[in-house]
Amino acid sequence: MESTVIKSRNFNASFGSNHVVKNVNIDIPRNHVIAVMGPSGCGKTTYLRCINRMHELIPGASSSGEMKLNDEDVYQMHPIFVRLKIGMVFQRPNPFPNLSIYDNVIAGYKLNGIKLPKAERDRIVEHSLTRVALWNEVKDSLNKKGSFLSGGQQQRLCIARAVAMEPEVLLFDEPTSALDPISTSTVEELFHELKVNYTLIIVTHNMQQAARVSDKTAFFFMGELVEYDDTKIMFTNPKDNRTQNYITGRFS
Amino acid sequence: MQPSHVKYRLGKSYGFQILTYILAFACVVPLIAILFFIIKAGVTKINWHFLVNIPKPVGETGGGIANALVGSILIILVASVIAIPIGIMAGVYLSENRKSRLAYWCRLSTDILQGVPSIVIGIVAYFWLVKPFGKFSALSGSAALAIMMLPIVIRSTEETLKLLPDSLKEAALALGMPFHRVIFKVIIPVGVSGILSGVMLSIARITGETAPLLFTAFGNPYLSTKLTQPMQSLPLLIFNYATSPYNEWHDLAWGASLILLVWVLFLNIFTKIVTRKWKVQL
Repeated sequence: MESTVIKSRNFNASFGSNHVVKNVNIDIPRNHVIAVMGPSGCGKTTYLRCINRMHELIPGASSSGEMKLNDEDVYQMHPIFVRLKIGMVFQRPNPFPNLSIYDNVIAGYKLNGIKLPKAERDRIVEHSLTRVALWNEVKDSLNKKGSFLSGGQQQRLCIARAVAMEPEVLLFDEPTSALDPISTSTVEELFHELKVNYTLIIVTHNMQQAARVSDKTAFFFMGELVEYDDTKIMFTNPKDNRTQNYITGRFS
Repeated sequence: MQPSHVKYRLGKSYGFQILTYILAFACVVPLIAILFFIIKAGVTKINWHFLVNIPKPVGETGGGIANALVGSILIILVASVIAIPIGIMAGVYLSENRKSRLAYWCRLSTDILQGVPSIVIGIVAYFWLVKPFGKFSALSGSAALAIMMLPIVIRSTEETLKLLPDSLKEAALALGMPFHRVIFKVIIPVGVSGILSGVMLSIARITGETAPLLFTAFGNPYLSTKLTQPMQSLPLLIFNYATSPYNEWHDLAWGASLILLVWVLFLNIFTKIVTRKWKVQL
């Protein structure tokens, strides 16, 4: 089944008078891994943060155009519902330092005041931690604080926290740039597992990572979406000169 | 063998080091001296009887400071109930809206409020609360002390929350949490040790305040727990009894001074312990 889950039309975003994302049109298919790459300052992170309306939290930020989740305009929905359906993982692991590992996983329920029976909570925690391949490492220390884990484990904990809410789309903002190579490969392996149930959009400025993990790749340059195609095509036979230059390392 | 100009410089450096030691030690001396003096004068006056009885009339020996102890606790409790929620909320506002016009004025006025002499705050409370109701009351004293607590609570909350990383708030918002839950379930719990230490220090600060209570809570020679009536408090008792001509009352004042000192000392130490214990490792 190939259906579009995120669709933007003529989407623009700015910080004050600084126009960062220019006229982006993109269709993101369900249950795929989409890599968004480009040089620093090209607007890729800003675009990502527009999808779940995190962009508007920054003072002076604005956006226009169409951003649809399953044919429903994200900017007509309440941001809280948007963010429940579109989870996010950040560049640096940011587990809640005051909560245990267990509570971090169900933070989306617990802190939102959603009451669940204990058995259901246990199921969600075990399921989510298993999904991110963390269960075996932490099952004996669920009551310890999340900040005791290593950086890579913390990042997987943050992914588990997002997965626990059963969103449709997961956004990753350079999820491995603060991790060592071994943790990075563990997280990258997860992407293949997770796309069975979710659609993943991953911002990265690491081209090899984009090539390794994604089905489709979008290349942003100076706020424009230059090219968007199957990853294989993007890396073997790009149509645009700028994409060609970027992936051959002529600029970065 | 070093040349003489190097020796001279080394000597000067050594002399300067010694000077810093001496001056650092000099800072400790006043506290030790005060402690020693007050413990010496007060410790013999304190016993169970002293803590649970009210002062006796002039000429009779014995008597205690129960009315002042109860009064102090009640007045501070009510002041805390008024000032802590307002202070923490204002601090949250300041850390969340760093550049708004209201934040600028709020910050400026807390800074100024911090510098307002306590006697002036007492006068203001007198004109706002004592005069309109036509009587001295513990409540008006609490209000005056609450005003004194506010700037400390507000600024310590703001400074604590400002140091928390934005990523923490983003993590909560990205889970679809509404603003009030982000504040109450994430931001405040993570910053709790800093906020609490501000609260405790503000309580320690107002415990010994006399001036704002002079013409608000006024003092009361009897045990009273009615907030709408005049009430005794430790600093008021010390002020009134120490300036009286009677030796029995002087004894009470010494004992009360020691109690007050121990109270403030205990609060400060407790603050340090709590801050360390409740600190959330980021």
